[in-house]
Amino acid sequence: MTATLAALGAASPGIWARIGASVLQVAAVAAGGPLLLGLMGKVRARAEGRVGPPITQGLRDLRKLMRKEAIRAEHTSAVSGLAPLVLVASGAVGAAVTPLVTTRPAIAGGADVFVVVYLLLMGSVALALGGLDAGTAFGGMGSSRAMTIGAISEPALLVAILALAVQAHSSNLPDIVAASLAHPGWLASPQRLLALVALVVVVIAETGRIPVDNPSTHLELTMIHEAMILEYAGTDLALVTVGEAMRLGLLLGLVANLFFPWGIGGSGGPLAVLVGLVALGAKAAAIATLIALVEVSTAKVRLFRVPELLAGGFVLAVVAVTTGLVAR
Amino acid sequence: MISGAALDGVELAAGVVLAGAILALWRKDLRSLTSVLALQGIALAALAAILAATGGDVGLGVVAGVVLVTKGLVIPGLLARVVRADPGSRETAPLVNVPASLVAAAGLVILSYLVAGQLTALMPDPLTRLAPLGLATVLVGFFVLVTRRKAVSQIVGLLLVDNGVALLAFLLTAGVPLLVELGTSLDVLLVVVVLQVLATTMRARFGHVDLDQLRELHD
Repeated sequence: MTATLAALGAASPGIWARIGASVLQVAAVAAGGPLLLGLMGKVRARAEGRVGPPITQGLRDLRKLMRKEAIRAEHTSAVSGLAPLVLVASGAVGAAVTPLVTTRPAIAGGADVFVVVYLLLMGSVALALGGLDAGTAFGGMGSSRAMTIGAISEPALLVAILALAVQAHSSNLPDIVAASLAHPGWLASPQRLLALVALVVVVIAETGRIPVDNPSTHLELTMIHEAMILEYAGTDLALVTVGEAMRLGLLLGLVANLFFPWGIGGSGGPLAVLVGLVALGAKAAAIATLIALVEVSTAKVRLFRVPELLAGGFVLAVVAVTTGLVAR
Repeated sequence: MISGAALDGVELAAGVVLAGAILALWRKDLRSLTSVLALQGIALAALAAILAATGGDVGLGVVAGVVLVTKGLVIPGLLARVVRADPGSRETAPLVNVPASLVAAAGLVILSYLVAGQLTALMPDPLTRLAPLGLATVLVGFFVLVTRRKAVSQIVGLLLVDNGVALLAFLLTAGVPLLVELGTSLDVLLVVVVLQVLATTMRARFGHVDLDQLRELHD
Protein backbone atom coordinates (compact mmCIF):
# COMPACT_ATOMS: atom_id res chain seq x y z
CA MET A 1 0.00 0.00 0.00
CA THR A 2 2.64 2.54 1.06
CA ALA A 3 4.80 1.38 -1.83
CA THR A 4 1.98 2.07 -4.31
CA LEU A 5 1.43 5.50 -2.82
CA ALA A 6 5.14 6.28 -2.99
CA ALA A 7 5.19 5.13 -6.62
CA LEU A 8 2.23 7.39 -7.38
CA GLY A 9 4.01 10.34 -5.77
CA ALA A 10 7.16 9.61 -7.75
CA ALA A 11 5.28 9.08 -11.03
CA SER A 12 3.56 12.48 -11.03
CA PRO A 13 5.28 15.12 -8.91
CA GLY A 14 2.97 17.54 -7.18
CA ILE A 15 0.10 15.06 -7.15
CA TRP A 16 -0.17 15.32 -3.35
CA ALA A 17 -0.50 19.09 -3.49
CA ARG A 18 -3.22 18.72 -6.12
CA ILE A 19 -5.09 16.11 -4.10
CA GLY A 20 -4.76 18.38 -1.06
CA ALA A 21 -6.20 21.29 -3.05
CA SER A 22 -9.12 19.11 -4.17
CA VAL A 23 -9.85 18.04 -0.58
CA LEU A 24 -9.73 21.69 0.43
CA GLN A 25 -12.19 22.53 -2.36
CA VAL A 26 -14.67 19.89 -1.18
CA ALA A 27 -14.36 21.14 2.40
CA ALA A 28 -14.77 24.75 1.27
CA VAL A 29 -17.91 23.94 -0.73
CA ALA A 30 -19.41 21.77 2.05
CA ALA A 31 -18.83 24.43 4.72
CA GLY A 32 -19.25 27.42 2.43
CA GLY A 33 -22.60 26.33 0.94
CA PRO A 34 -24.54 26.53 4.24
CA LEU A 35 -22.69 29.76 5.08
CA LEU A 36 -23.70 31.27 1.71
CA LEU A 37 -27.33 30.28 2.40
CA GLY A 38 -27.01 31.90 5.84
CA LEU A 39 -25.53 35.04 4.27
CA MET A 40 -28.38 35.25 1.74
CA GLY A 41 -30.92 34.85 4.55
CA LYS A 42 -29.18 37.55 6.58
CA VAL A 43 -29.04 40.00 3.65
CA ARG A 44 -32.72 39.44 2.90
CA ALA A 45 -33.68 39.92 6.55
CA ARG A 46 -31.66 43.13 6.85
CA ALA A 47 -33.14 44.50 3.61
CA GLU A 48 -36.61 43.79 4.98
CA GLY A 49 -35.81 45.55 8.26
CA ARG A 50 -35.48 42.39 10.38
CA VAL A 51 -32.46 41.19 12.35
CA GLY A 52 -32.58 37.68 10.92
CA PRO A 53 -30.82 34.48 12.07
CA PRO A 54 -27.02 34.50 12.33
CA ILE A 55 -25.05 33.51 9.22
CA THR A 56 -23.95 30.27 10.90
CA GLN A 57 -27.55 29.17 11.46
CA GLY A 58 -27.32 26.64 8.60
CA LEU A 59 -24.35 24.89 10.21
CA ARG A 60 -26.10 24.85 13.61
CA ASP A 61 -29.22 23.32 12.05
CA LEU A 62 -27.03 20.66 10.44
CA ARG A 63 -25.44 19.82 13.81
CA LYS A 64 -28.90 19.50 15.35
CA LEU A 65 -30.14 17.26 12.52
CA MET A 66 -27.05 15.03 12.67
CA ARG A 67 -27.83 14.16 16.30
CA LYS A 68 -31.35 13.02 15.43
CA GLU A 69 -32.54 9.65 14.26
CA ALA A 70 -33.25 9.14 10.53
CA ILE A 71 -36.86 8.02 10.44
CA ARG A 72 -38.00 6.69 7.06
CA ALA A 73 -41.61 6.62 5.88
CA GLU A 74 -43.37 3.26 5.73
CA HIS A 75 -43.04 1.20 2.49
CA THR A 76 -39.99 3.13 1.29
CA SER A 77 -37.31 1.23 -0.61
CA ALA A 78 -33.53 1.56 -0.57
CA VAL A 79 -33.84 4.54 -2.95
CA SER A 80 -34.90 6.80 -0.07
CA GLY A 81 -31.69 6.07 1.79
CA LEU A 82 -29.44 6.17 -1.28
CA ALA A 83 -30.75 9.42 -2.78
CA PRO A 84 -29.19 11.78 -0.16
CA LEU A 85 -25.89 9.89 -0.40
CA VAL A 86 -25.81 10.16 -4.21
CA LEU A 87 -26.68 13.85 -3.98
CA VAL A 88 -23.82 14.59 -1.57
CA ALA A 89 -21.37 12.31 -3.40
CA SER A 90 -22.05 13.87 -6.81
CA GLY A 91 -21.68 17.35 -5.30
CA ALA A 92 -18.40 16.34 -3.64
CA VAL A 93 -16.95 14.88 -6.87
CA GLY A 94 -18.05 18.00 -8.73
CA ALA A 95 -16.39 20.22 -6.12
CA ALA A 96 -13.20 18.14 -6.24
CA VAL A 97 -12.64 18.44 -10.00
CA THR A 98 -13.99 21.96 -10.69
CA PRO A 99 -11.38 24.75 -10.65
CA LEU A 100 -12.50 26.59 -7.50
CA VAL A 101 -9.44 27.52 -5.44
CA THR A 102 -6.83 26.35 -7.95
CA THR A 103 -6.77 25.82 -11.71
CA ARG A 104 -4.98 22.51 -11.14
CA PRO A 105 -7.19 20.31 -8.94
CA ALA A 106 -6.67 16.53 -8.91
CA ILE A 107 -7.97 14.78 -12.08
CA ALA A 108 -8.09 18.19 -13.77
CA GLY A 109 -8.15 16.43 -17.13
CA GLY A 110 -11.54 14.90 -16.29
CA ALA A 111 -13.16 18.19 -15.32
CA ASP A 112 -15.02 18.58 -18.59
CA VAL A 113 -18.05 20.88 -18.86
CA PHE A 114 -20.22 17.87 -19.63
CA VAL A 115 -18.91 15.88 -16.66
CA VAL A 116 -19.62 18.62 -14.14
CA VAL A 117 -23.07 19.45 -15.54
CA TYR A 118 -24.05 15.79 -15.57
CA LEU A 119 -22.76 15.30 -12.03
CA LEU A 120 -25.14 18.08 -10.98
CA LEU A 121 -27.92 16.44 -13.00
CA MET A 122 -27.21 13.09 -11.31
CA GLY A 123 -27.74 14.71 -7.92
CA SER A 124 -31.05 16.29 -8.90
CA VAL A 125 -32.34 13.06 -10.48
CA ALA A 126 -31.41 11.15 -7.31
CA LEU A 127 -33.29 13.67 -5.20
CA ALA A 128 -36.34 13.46 -7.50
CA LEU A 129 -36.34 9.64 -7.18
CA GLY A 130 -36.07 10.02 -3.41
CA GLY A 131 -39.08 12.33 -3.46
CA LEU A 132 -41.09 9.80 -5.45
CA ASP A 133 -40.08 6.84 -3.29
CA ALA A 134 -42.41 7.37 -0.35
CA GLY A 135 -45.38 7.49 -2.74
CA THR A 136 -46.94 10.59 -1.19
CA ALA A 137 -48.79 13.17 -3.26
CA PHE A 138 -46.45 16.03 -2.33
CA GLY A 139 -43.27 14.10 -3.07
CA GLY A 140 -44.48 13.16 -6.56
CA MET A 141 -45.64 16.70 -7.25
CA GLY A 142 -42.33 18.18 -6.14
CA SER A 143 -40.31 15.69 -8.17
CA SER A 144 -42.39 16.29 -11.27
CA ARG A 145 -41.98 20.06 -10.96
CA ALA A 146 -38.25 19.81 -10.26
CA MET A 147 -37.73 17.61 -13.32
CA THR A 148 -39.83 19.92 -15.52
CA ILE A 149 -37.63 22.87 -14.57
CA GLY A 150 -34.46 20.79 -14.69
CA ALA A 151 -35.25 19.60 -18.22
CA ILE A 152 -34.99 23.20 -19.46
CA SER A 153 -32.34 24.57 -17.12
CA GLU A 154 -29.70 21.82 -17.56
CA PRO A 155 -29.35 22.33 -21.34
CA ALA A 156 -29.24 26.09 -20.78
CA LEU A 157 -26.46 25.62 -18.20
CA LEU A 158 -24.52 23.43 -20.61
CA VAL A 159 -24.90 25.79 -23.57
CA ALA A 160 -24.00 28.87 -21.49
CA ILE A 161 -20.71 27.30 -20.35
CA LEU A 162 -20.15 26.07 -23.91
CA ALA A 163 -20.07 29.70 -25.03
CA LEU A 164 -16.94 30.11 -22.91
CA ALA A 165 -15.57 26.78 -24.11
CA VAL A 166 -15.81 27.97 -27.73
CA GLN A 167 -13.75 31.02 -26.83
CA ALA A 168 -11.10 29.01 -24.99
CA HIS A 169 -11.01 26.19 -27.60
CA SER A 170 -11.45 23.62 -24.84
CA SER A 171 -14.36 22.15 -22.95
CA ASN A 172 -12.11 21.42 -19.98
CA LEU A 173 -13.10 23.73 -17.10
CA PRO A 174 -9.57 24.28 -15.65
CA ASP A 175 -8.34 25.11 -19.17
CA ILE A 176 -11.19 27.60 -19.67
CA VAL A 177 -10.41 29.36 -16.39
CA ALA A 178 -6.65 29.37 -17.10
CA ALA A 179 -7.27 30.75 -20.62
CA SER A 180 -9.51 33.54 -19.32
CA LEU A 181 -6.83 34.43 -16.76
CA ALA A 182 -4.32 34.69 -19.60
CA HIS A 183 -6.62 36.87 -21.77
CA PRO A 184 -8.15 39.61 -19.59
CA GLY A 185 -9.66 41.17 -22.75
CA TRP A 186 -12.04 38.22 -23.09
CA LEU A 187 -13.89 39.20 -19.93
CA ALA A 188 -15.58 42.11 -21.74
CA SER A 189 -16.51 40.25 -24.94
CA PRO A 190 -20.18 40.19 -26.03
CA GLN A 191 -20.53 36.40 -25.81
CA ARG A 192 -19.34 36.45 -22.19
CA LEU A 193 -21.89 39.11 -21.32
CA LEU A 194 -24.73 37.12 -22.89
CA ALA A 195 -23.53 33.87 -21.29
CA LEU A 196 -23.30 35.56 -17.88
CA VAL A 197 -26.93 36.72 -18.03
CA ALA A 198 -28.01 33.23 -19.15
CA LEU A 199 -25.97 31.52 -16.44
CA VAL A 200 -27.33 33.73 -13.65
CA VAL A 201 -30.91 32.84 -14.68
CA VAL A 202 -30.03 29.14 -14.75
CA VAL A 203 -28.24 29.22 -11.39
CA ILE A 204 -31.27 30.88 -9.81
CA ALA A 205 -33.52 28.13 -11.23
CA GLU A 206 -31.10 25.30 -10.33
CA THR A 207 -30.72 26.40 -6.73
CA GLY A 208 -34.45 27.03 -6.28
CA ARG A 209 -34.36 30.73 -5.45
CA ILE A 210 -36.99 33.43 -6.05
CA PRO A 211 -38.46 33.98 -8.69
CA VAL A 212 -38.48 30.24 -9.53
CA ASP A 213 -39.01 28.70 -6.10
CA ASN A 214 -39.26 30.17 -2.63
CA PRO A 215 -37.02 28.17 -0.29
CA SER A 216 -38.55 29.63 2.88
CA THR A 217 -42.17 28.57 2.41
CA HIS A 218 -44.09 25.31 2.57
CA LEU A 219 -47.06 26.39 0.46
CA GLU A 220 -48.64 23.44 -1.38
CA LEU A 221 -49.46 25.38 -4.53
CA THR A 222 -45.98 26.63 -5.21
CA MET A 223 -43.33 24.59 -3.42
CA ILE A 224 -40.92 22.59 -5.53
CA HIS A 225 -37.84 21.63 -3.60
CA GLU A 226 -39.50 21.53 -0.17
CA ALA A 227 -42.18 19.16 -1.50
CA MET A 228 -39.54 16.61 -2.51
CA ILE A 229 -37.85 16.48 0.89
CA LEU A 230 -40.96 16.47 3.09
CA GLU A 231 -40.49 12.79 3.95
CA TYR A 232 -36.89 13.16 5.07
CA ALA A 233 -35.86 13.56 8.71
CA GLY A 234 -32.78 13.49 10.91
CA THR A 235 -29.46 12.53 9.34
CA ASP A 236 -31.08 11.95 5.92
CA LEU A 237 -32.44 15.51 5.96
CA ALA A 238 -29.02 16.77 7.05
CA LEU A 239 -27.44 15.04 4.03
CA VAL A 240 -30.04 16.48 1.65
CA THR A 241 -29.53 19.96 3.10
CA VAL A 242 -25.74 19.67 2.79
CA GLY A 243 -26.12 18.36 -0.77
CA GLU A 244 -28.33 21.26 -1.82
CA ALA A 245 -26.04 23.80 -0.12
CA MET A 246 -23.02 22.24 -1.89
CA ARG A 247 -24.85 22.58 -5.18
CA LEU A 248 -25.37 26.29 -4.51
CA GLY A 249 -21.74 26.75 -3.44
CA LEU A 250 -20.46 24.85 -6.48
CA LEU A 251 -22.61 26.77 -8.98
CA LEU A 252 -21.79 30.18 -7.47
CA GLY A 253 -18.08 29.29 -7.33
CA LEU A 254 -18.22 28.15 -10.96
CA VAL A 255 -19.89 31.39 -12.10
CA ALA A 256 -17.40 33.43 -10.06
CA ASN A 257 -14.35 31.70 -11.50
CA LEU A 258 -15.56 31.40 -15.09
CA PHE A 259 -16.44 35.07 -15.43
CA PHE A 260 -14.21 36.73 -12.82
CA PRO A 261 -11.16 34.44 -12.56
CA TRP A 262 -9.03 36.89 -10.55
CA GLY A 263 -7.21 35.50 -7.55
CA ILE A 264 -7.55 31.79 -8.35
CA GLY A 265 -4.42 29.82 -7.49
CA GLY A 266 -2.36 28.49 -10.41
CA SER A 267 0.51 26.05 -10.14
CA GLY A 268 1.91 27.92 -7.13
CA GLY A 269 2.38 26.58 -3.61
CA PRO A 270 0.12 26.54 -0.55
CA LEU A 271 0.08 30.34 -0.41
CA ALA A 272 -1.53 30.60 -3.88
CA VAL A 273 -4.14 28.04 -2.83
CA LEU A 274 -4.87 30.06 0.30
CA VAL A 275 -5.23 33.28 -1.72
CA GLY A 276 -7.52 31.34 -4.11
CA LEU A 277 -9.66 30.21 -1.18
CA VAL A 278 -10.06 33.75 0.14
CA ALA A 279 -10.79 35.10 -3.36
CA LEU A 280 -13.36 32.36 -3.99
CA GLY A 281 -15.10 33.13 -0.71
CA ALA A 282 -15.18 36.85 -1.43
CA LYS A 283 -16.47 36.44 -5.01
CA ALA A 284 -19.12 33.87 -4.09
CA ALA A 285 -20.27 36.02 -1.15
CA ALA A 286 -20.55 39.06 -3.43
CA ILE A 287 -22.66 37.16 -5.98
CA ALA A 288 -24.83 35.65 -3.22
CA THR A 289 -25.42 39.11 -1.74
CA LEU A 290 -26.47 40.46 -5.15
CA ILE A 291 -28.87 37.53 -5.70
CA ALA A 292 -30.36 38.04 -2.22
CA LEU A 293 -30.86 41.77 -2.85
CA VAL A 294 -32.62 41.05 -6.16
CA GLU A 295 -34.76 38.40 -4.41
CA VAL A 296 -36.06 40.95 -1.91
CA SER A 297 -37.50 43.11 -4.67
CA THR A 298 -38.85 40.28 -6.88
CA ALA A 299 -42.08 38.31 -6.67
CA LYS A 300 -42.14 34.59 -7.39
CA VAL A 301 -43.45 33.94 -10.92
CA ARG A 302 -46.23 31.48 -11.56
CA LEU A 303 -45.04 27.93 -12.20
CA PHE A 304 -46.31 28.10 -15.78
CA ARG A 305 -44.20 31.15 -16.48
CA VAL A 306 -40.98 29.54 -15.27
CA PRO A 307 -40.35 27.85 -18.67
CA GLU A 308 -40.67 31.32 -20.24
CA LEU A 309 -37.97 32.64 -17.93
CA LEU A 310 -35.69 29.68 -18.62
CA ALA A 311 -36.34 29.81 -22.38
CA GLY A 312 -34.97 33.34 -22.25
CA GLY A 313 -31.84 32.06 -20.53
CA PHE A 314 -31.46 29.26 -23.06
CA VAL A 315 -31.83 31.61 -26.05
CA LEU A 316 -29.29 34.04 -24.58
CA ALA A 317 -26.90 31.11 -24.18
CA VAL A 318 -27.49 30.00 -27.80
CA VAL A 319 -26.88 33.55 -29.03
CA ALA A 320 -23.69 33.63 -26.93
CA VAL A 321 -22.43 30.43 -28.57
CA THR A 322 -23.31 31.76 -32.05
CA THR A 323 -21.49 35.01 -31.32
CA GLY A 324 -18.47 33.07 -30.11
CA LEU A 325 -18.43 30.69 -33.09
CA VAL A 326 -18.86 33.28 -35.83
CA ALA A 327 -17.17 36.38 -34.45
CA ARG A 328 -13.69 35.06 -34.04
CA MET B 1 -6.31 51.41 -35.17
CA ILE B 2 -8.43 50.64 -32.16
CA SER B 3 -7.13 47.96 -29.79
CA GLY B 4 -6.68 46.98 -26.17
CA ALA B 5 -9.00 48.33 -23.49
CA ALA B 6 -10.84 50.61 -25.93
CA LEU B 7 -11.75 47.63 -28.12
CA ASP B 8 -12.92 45.73 -25.01
CA GLY B 9 -15.17 48.66 -24.14
CA VAL B 10 -16.62 48.80 -27.66
CA GLU B 11 -17.24 45.02 -27.66
CA LEU B 12 -18.96 45.21 -24.28
CA ALA B 13 -21.18 48.12 -25.37
CA ALA B 14 -22.18 46.31 -28.58
CA GLY B 15 -22.96 43.20 -26.50
CA VAL B 16 -25.12 45.27 -24.14
CA VAL B 17 -27.13 46.61 -27.11
CA LEU B 18 -27.90 43.10 -28.44
CA ALA B 19 -28.60 41.72 -24.94
CA GLY B 20 -30.99 44.64 -24.45
CA ALA B 21 -32.85 43.76 -27.65
CA ILE B 22 -33.35 40.17 -26.45
CA LEU B 23 -34.34 41.36 -22.96
CA ALA B 24 -36.97 43.58 -24.62
CA LEU B 25 -38.52 40.46 -26.20
CA TRP B 26 -38.23 38.53 -22.97
CA ARG B 27 -39.68 40.90 -20.40
CA LYS B 28 -43.41 41.60 -20.49
CA ASP B 29 -43.30 44.43 -17.99
CA LEU B 30 -43.39 47.73 -19.92
CA ARG B 31 -41.61 49.63 -17.15
CA SER B 32 -38.59 47.33 -17.37
CA LEU B 33 -38.63 47.80 -21.17
CA THR B 34 -38.05 51.52 -20.70
CA SER B 35 -35.05 50.85 -18.45
CA VAL B 36 -33.70 48.38 -21.04
CA LEU B 37 -33.92 51.16 -23.66
CA ALA B 38 -32.14 53.58 -21.33
CA LEU B 39 -29.36 51.00 -20.85
CA GLN B 40 -29.03 50.58 -24.62
CA GLY B 41 -28.86 54.35 -25.10
CA ILE B 42 -26.12 54.69 -22.48
CA ALA B 43 -24.16 51.81 -24.06
CA LEU B 44 -24.42 53.47 -27.50
CA ALA B 45 -23.25 56.79 -26.07
CA ALA B 46 -20.32 55.06 -24.34
CA LEU B 47 -19.40 53.34 -27.62
CA ALA B 48 -19.45 56.64 -29.51
CA ALA B 49 -17.44 58.32 -26.76
CA ILE B 50 -14.76 55.58 -26.88
CA LEU B 51 -14.54 55.86 -30.68
CA ALA B 52 -14.32 59.66 -30.41
CA ALA B 53 -11.59 59.46 -27.77
CA THR B 54 -9.45 56.97 -29.72
CA GLY B 55 -9.91 58.78 -33.04
CA GLY B 56 -9.61 62.28 -31.56
CA ASP B 57 -12.86 63.19 -33.32
CA VAL B 58 -14.61 66.17 -31.66
CA GLY B 59 -17.76 65.88 -33.80
CA LEU B 60 -18.23 62.27 -32.75
CA GLY B 61 -17.80 63.34 -29.12
CA VAL B 62 -20.69 65.79 -29.54
CA VAL B 63 -22.73 63.00 -31.18
CA ALA B 64 -22.02 60.83 -28.10
CA GLY B 65 -23.41 63.59 -25.90
CA VAL B 66 -26.52 63.95 -28.08
CA VAL B 67 -27.07 60.17 -28.02
CA LEU B 68 -26.68 60.08 -24.23
CA VAL B 69 -29.23 62.85 -23.69
CA THR B 70 -31.84 61.71 -26.25
CA LYS B 71 -31.56 57.91 -26.25
CA GLY B 72 -30.27 57.46 -22.72
CA LEU B 73 -32.39 59.95 -20.80
CA VAL B 74 -35.18 61.84 -22.59
CA ILE B 75 -36.83 59.12 -24.73
CA PRO B 76 -36.90 56.41 -22.00
CA GLY B 77 -38.10 59.08 -19.55
CA LEU B 78 -40.98 60.07 -21.85
CA LEU B 79 -41.91 56.42 -22.41
CA ALA B 80 -41.84 55.76 -18.67
CA ARG B 81 -44.27 58.66 -18.24
CA VAL B 82 -46.66 57.16 -20.81
CA VAL B 83 -46.50 53.79 -19.01
CA ARG B 84 -47.02 55.36 -15.60
CA ALA B 85 -50.02 57.36 -16.80
CA ASP B 86 -51.82 54.19 -17.90
CA PRO B 87 -51.93 51.60 -15.10
CA GLY B 88 -54.16 49.36 -17.21
CA SER B 89 -51.44 48.43 -19.69
CA ARG B 90 -48.40 47.56 -17.60
CA GLU B 91 -47.75 44.41 -19.63
CA THR B 92 -47.24 43.92 -23.35
CA ALA B 93 -49.75 41.78 -25.23
CA PRO B 94 -47.63 39.82 -27.72
CA LEU B 95 -49.25 38.09 -30.71
CA VAL B 96 -46.57 35.39 -30.55
CA ASN B 97 -45.90 33.95 -27.09
CA VAL B 98 -42.61 34.71 -25.38
CA PRO B 99 -40.75 31.35 -25.77
CA ALA B 100 -41.64 31.25 -29.49
CA SER B 101 -40.51 34.83 -30.04
CA LEU B 102 -37.26 34.10 -28.19
CA VAL B 103 -36.58 31.15 -30.47
CA ALA B 104 -37.34 33.42 -33.43
CA ALA B 105 -34.86 35.94 -32.01
CA ALA B 106 -32.16 33.25 -31.83
CA GLY B 107 -32.90 32.46 -35.49
CA LEU B 108 -32.66 36.16 -36.41
CA VAL B 109 -29.29 36.47 -34.67
CA ILE B 110 -27.93 33.46 -36.57
CA LEU B 111 -29.37 34.87 -39.82
CA SER B 112 -27.71 38.23 -39.23
CA TYR B 113 -24.37 36.51 -38.66
CA LEU B 114 -24.77 34.59 -41.92
CA VAL B 115 -25.73 37.69 -43.88
CA ALA B 116 -23.28 40.10 -42.28
CA GLY B 117 -20.47 37.59 -42.70
CA GLN B 118 -20.41 38.52 -46.41
CA LEU B 119 -20.31 42.21 -45.51
CA THR B 120 -17.57 42.02 -42.92
CA ALA B 121 -15.44 39.89 -45.25
CA LEU B 122 -15.07 42.99 -47.46
CA MET B 123 -13.05 44.81 -44.82
CA PRO B 124 -12.11 42.59 -41.89
CA ASP B 125 -11.20 44.69 -38.87
CA PRO B 126 -12.11 44.47 -35.17
CA LEU B 127 -14.99 46.94 -35.49
CA THR B 128 -16.72 45.55 -38.60
CA ARG B 129 -16.47 42.11 -36.96
CA LEU B 130 -19.07 43.37 -34.45
CA ALA B 131 -21.47 44.58 -37.18
CA PRO B 132 -23.70 41.43 -36.98
CA LEU B 133 -24.67 42.54 -33.46
CA GLY B 134 -26.14 45.75 -34.89
CA LEU B 135 -27.91 43.92 -37.71
CA ALA B 136 -29.36 41.42 -35.19
CA THR B 137 -30.64 44.31 -33.05
CA VAL B 138 -32.38 45.80 -36.12
CA LEU B 139 -34.02 42.46 -36.99
CA VAL B 140 -35.16 41.81 -33.40
CA GLY B 141 -36.55 45.36 -33.35
CA PHE B 142 -38.60 44.65 -36.49
CA PHE B 143 -39.84 41.44 -34.86
CA VAL B 144 -41.00 43.40 -31.78
CA LEU B 145 -42.64 45.90 -34.12
CA VAL B 146 -44.76 43.30 -35.94
CA THR B 147 -45.69 41.06 -32.99
CA ARG B 148 -46.56 43.58 -30.26
CA ARG B 149 -49.89 45.38 -30.26
CA LYS B 150 -49.71 48.06 -27.58
CA ALA B 151 -48.71 51.54 -28.74
CA VAL B 152 -45.81 51.69 -26.26
CA SER B 153 -44.37 48.31 -27.21
CA GLN B 154 -44.52 49.23 -30.91
CA ILE B 155 -42.51 52.35 -30.12
CA VAL B 156 -40.06 50.13 -28.23
CA GLY B 157 -39.67 48.09 -31.43
CA LEU B 158 -39.07 51.24 -33.47
CA LEU B 159 -36.47 52.46 -30.98
CA LEU B 160 -34.72 49.06 -31.07
CA VAL B 161 -34.48 49.37 -34.86
CA ASP B 162 -33.11 52.89 -34.47
CA ASN B 163 -30.55 51.80 -31.86
CA GLY B 164 -29.47 48.92 -34.12
CA VAL B 165 -29.00 51.28 -37.07
CA ALA B 166 -27.02 53.67 -34.85
CA LEU B 167 -24.80 50.78 -33.68
CA LEU B 168 -24.21 49.69 -37.29
CA ALA B 169 -23.36 53.27 -38.27
CA PHE B 170 -20.84 53.67 -35.43
CA LEU B 171 -19.19 50.31 -36.14
CA LEU B 172 -19.04 50.41 -39.95
CA THR B 173 -18.41 54.08 -40.72
CA ALA B 174 -16.83 55.13 -37.41
CA GLY B 175 -19.70 57.49 -36.77
CA VAL B 176 -22.04 59.62 -38.84
CA PRO B 177 -21.74 63.36 -39.49
CA LEU B 178 -23.02 65.48 -36.63
CA LEU B 179 -25.84 66.97 -38.70
CA VAL B 180 -27.24 63.56 -39.70
CA GLU B 181 -27.07 62.24 -36.13
CA LEU B 182 -28.81 65.37 -34.83
CA GLY B 183 -31.50 64.93 -37.50
CA THR B 184 -32.24 61.27 -36.70
CA SER B 185 -32.10 61.79 -32.94
CA LEU B 186 -34.56 64.67 -33.09
CA ASP B 187 -36.73 62.69 -35.51
CA VAL B 188 -37.02 59.76 -33.11
CA LEU B 189 -37.59 62.13 -30.21
CA LEU B 190 -40.41 63.75 -32.14
CA VAL B 191 -41.99 60.35 -32.82
CA VAL B 192 -41.96 59.57 -29.10
CA VAL B 193 -43.50 62.94 -28.25
CA VAL B 194 -46.21 62.36 -30.87
CA LEU B 195 -46.81 58.92 -29.36
CA GLN B 196 -47.23 60.42 -25.93
CA VAL B 197 -49.82 62.91 -27.20
CA LEU B 198 -51.53 60.16 -29.23
CA ALA B 199 -51.61 57.71 -26.31
CA THR B 200 -53.02 60.35 -23.99
CA THR B 201 -55.74 61.27 -26.49
CA MET B 202 -56.55 57.62 -27.24
CA ARG B 203 -56.93 56.86 -23.56
CA ALA B 204 -59.14 59.89 -23.06
CA ARG B 205 -61.38 58.97 -26.04
CA PHE B 206 -61.50 55.14 -25.98
CA GLY B 207 -60.07 54.17 -22.57
CA HIS B 208 -57.31 51.96 -24.04
CA VAL B 209 -54.17 52.14 -26.21
CA ASP B 210 -54.62 48.92 -28.20
CA LEU B 211 -53.82 49.70 -31.84
CA ASP B 212 -55.66 46.58 -33.07
CA GLN B 213 -58.96 48.10 -32.05
CA LEU B 214 -58.42 51.15 -34.26
CA ARG B 215 -59.57 49.25 -37.35
CA GLU B 216 -62.90 50.88 -38.00
CA LEU B 217 -64.19 54.44 -38.08
CA HIS B 218 -66.54 55.76 -35.45
CA ASP B 219 -68.65 58.91 -35.49
